[in-house]
Amino acid sequence: MNFNLSEEQSMIRDSISRFVQDNYDFDQRNATTALQHGFSADHWRQFAELGWLSIPFAEEFGGFDGGPVDTMVIMQEFGRGLVAEPFLPTVLLFGGLLQAGASEELRSDLIPQIIAGELHGAFAFLERQSRYVITDVKTRAQREGDRWVLNGEKTVVLNGGAAQKLIVLARISGEQADEHGLSLFLVDTFADGVTTTTYRMTDGREAANVRFDNVTAEATIGASGEAFELMNPIIDRAVLAVAADALGAMESLNAQTLEYLKTRSQFGTHIGSFQALQHRMVDIFAACENTKSLLYRAACAMDASDSDAQRSLLALKFMVGRAGRQIGGEAIQMHGGMGMTEELSVGAYVKRLMIANTLFGDADYQQQRFSAVVNAGSRSAVARAVA
Amino acid sequence: MDTRFTEEELAFQAEVREFFANIMDEDLLALLDGAEASPTFKEGMVEYQRRLNARGWMAPGWPVEYGGQDWSVTQHFIFNSERGKAGAPAPIPFGVTMVAPVIYTYGTDEQKARFLPRILNSDDTWCQGYSEPGAGSDLASLQCKAEREGDEYIVNGSKIWTSIAHAADWIFCLVRTDNSGRKQEGISFLLIDMSTPGVTVRPIETIDGFHHLNEVFFEDVRVPVENRIGEEGKGWTYAKSLLVHERLSIAEVAESKRNLEQLRELARAEVNGGQSLLDDPVFAQRLAEVEIDLMALEFTEMRVMASAAEGGMPGPESSLLKLQGTTIQQSIQELRMDVAGYYSQAQRGELSADQLGHEFADFAQKMYFRGRAASIYGGSDEVQKNVTAKHVLGL
Repeated sequence: MNFNLSEEQSMIRDSISRFVQDNYDFDQRNATTALQHGFSADHWRQFAELGWLSIPFAEEFGGFDGGPVDTMVIMQEFGRGLVAEPFLPTVLLFGGLLQAGASEELRSDLIPQIIAGELHGAFAFLERQSRYVITDVKTRAQREGDRWVLNGEKTVVLNGGAAQKLIVLARISGEQADEHGLSLFLVDTFADGVTTTTYRMTDGREAANVRFDNVTAEATIGASGEAFELMNPIIDRAVLAVAADALGAMESLNAQTLEYLKTRSQFGTHIGSFQALQHRMVDIFAACENTKSLLYRAACAMDASDSDAQRSLLALKFMVGRAGRQIGGEAIQMHGGMGMTEELSVGAYVKRLMIANTLFGDADYQQQRFSAVVNAGSRSAVARAVA
Repeated sequence: MDTRFTEEELAFQAEVREFFANIMDEDLLALLDGAEASPTFKEGMVEYQRRLNARGWMAPGWPVEYGGQDWSVTQHFIFNSERGKAGAPAPIPFGVTMVAPVIYTYGTDEQKARFLPRILNSDDTWCQGYSEPGAGSDLASLQCKAEREGDEYIVNGSKIWTSIAHAADWIFCLVRTDNSGRKQEGISFLLIDMSTPGVTVRPIETIDGFHHLNEVFFEDVRVPVENRIGEEGKGWTYAKSLLVHERLSIAEVAESKRNLEQLRELARAEVNGGQSLLDDPVFAQRLAEVEIDLMALEFTEMRVMASAAEGGMPGPESSLLKLQGTTIQQSIQELRMDVAGYYSQAQRGELSADQLGHEFADFAQKMYFRGRAASIYGGSDEVQKNVTAKHVLGL
């Protein structure tokens, strides 16, 4: 039993941490998110040069064959620094789905381009009505000769503005929320019939709604009708990544709040000497430690393909939502009026945490799924009692 | 980062599992049924502890030379987890986990030889004399005094909230031997035979309806100087040094896991308007929150153990174990009361469960009220937060 990072993992962590120190103070971050698409192309090139974009990919495509713990290490540092570059949508989601389901030819064509920092992608899976039920898909794909033609709209596509290519979740058969009958399609964002409307998320990162009017897909990703099985492990990995990002943000935010309690003076003393505030600070310290424990739990279980992985991940994502809201709310409150201003980064961290809560399902949704998994069992006792 | 067990650890796990399956037979389970609320609790615990001792597993955390086991932290973790899964309790802590480490760390060879084997074999039952009527969470302000007279101390004063004193053979006490300096100084650590003239025990009735707490009075009680641990005036240091090496199982994760699984099945079987309580979304949400907190705490405890194994001081997260463990225990007790519905408020008294019409309500009720004490003793929740704020967060 150990919770230590390997030498390589420590090197990655240190290297990202140095990058954040040099390039991501709050003013620099604001300048970065103000750029087109909400991130810096220069930074992305550096990520490629430093090899970070290769880490989750298989060695045969030039990758590092990184596992869940490697992803965790990277994302935790990105979260700590509020890094805005689209590692999650391009590398983990788009790249992850390509690696899991694309043809050999496509993989060896596109993955090296991602690793080189030349190709941006996104995963278009949400729709206006879908909320957190990922299988609720109205976008249709129809076979016309040897082509697939897409019609519909995907929403809140992270990095949808910068992406040159999308992987689109569309229905080829079945009812609107069926798990089966879903397929994934590779679509060029410059193809005829694609209309992209971009907007910013609360923390400055870019998302888009993308309309498809008789758009011809470039390729299918994975077996027809079986996208659900294909994308689940990729989404699980992404959930772990979002949680790690959130933990980094929580740690950074808590450190800021703690520092403020030690330095802000009121009534002739530092406010951290007040017991009411001390206890609240302990509460958010505990919330952060709980998140870390569940993150390690989920990462280890995923790494070992343990049967505990599913419920650990659901528990983790629940905790990210609950702890994130608590830590964010307390940070603003304990910073007082200053916590309300754009002068401090407090608000930006809070927004990052709120986005983490909604991604792939909020705390309430995770709790319901968690309950369904852990409480599953015979209902015969009830049946007997009622009879 | 890896939490998988090795082949050897898996074999050890199987060995421990088999051991507990064997010793927790029906007779023993019957004695222990109802936990502390049961009149046969002490008898059951002594029998249970002797079975542990027969295998050499009464005090695996002690140094090997005194009867402990040369286990890795993972083995300790496995042992505690399997014990919890089997529904086997932790030994009564006052002897084996509380006074014994003080004795083997600071005691003389004579003291070690005299007391440790009797603790291992459950020949002596111990209780803890720390709190006083005027010194609760502010422990160091204690006043129970011991005055030196030749080779003896004359002890006068009282201790309160003393669990199991009515059934104890010995009490370990913090007493004041000097009043001149800081309140933490001038405290000494004495071992007192409960049968010494001048020691009286008064039961304290508690809201849980069973007797476990007491007040202990000392009136000119003569205690041989050889019963003092370490130096005079250093008792506070000895008591405190133990708090740094918190017991491995202070969060009681294994017990809570088992209690939670039982709670889930109780809720599954409970029907409200034709629907299992487990399918009630509000109940399910409350249960899920406790379970998720417990899953986190389990790994927090593992993180603490892993860092201790590497010889480091426990990380800052260790300060949360008692606080969070207690909160979870109380949440489970609260949910169990809610599952019992109306019956959670019925006093069973001398009736059988069948006569009353409910199987577990009586237990639920006693453990709920008993459990309220957990956030008060051993450093209240508020004291835990003060300590974390000061020593971990630097506030």
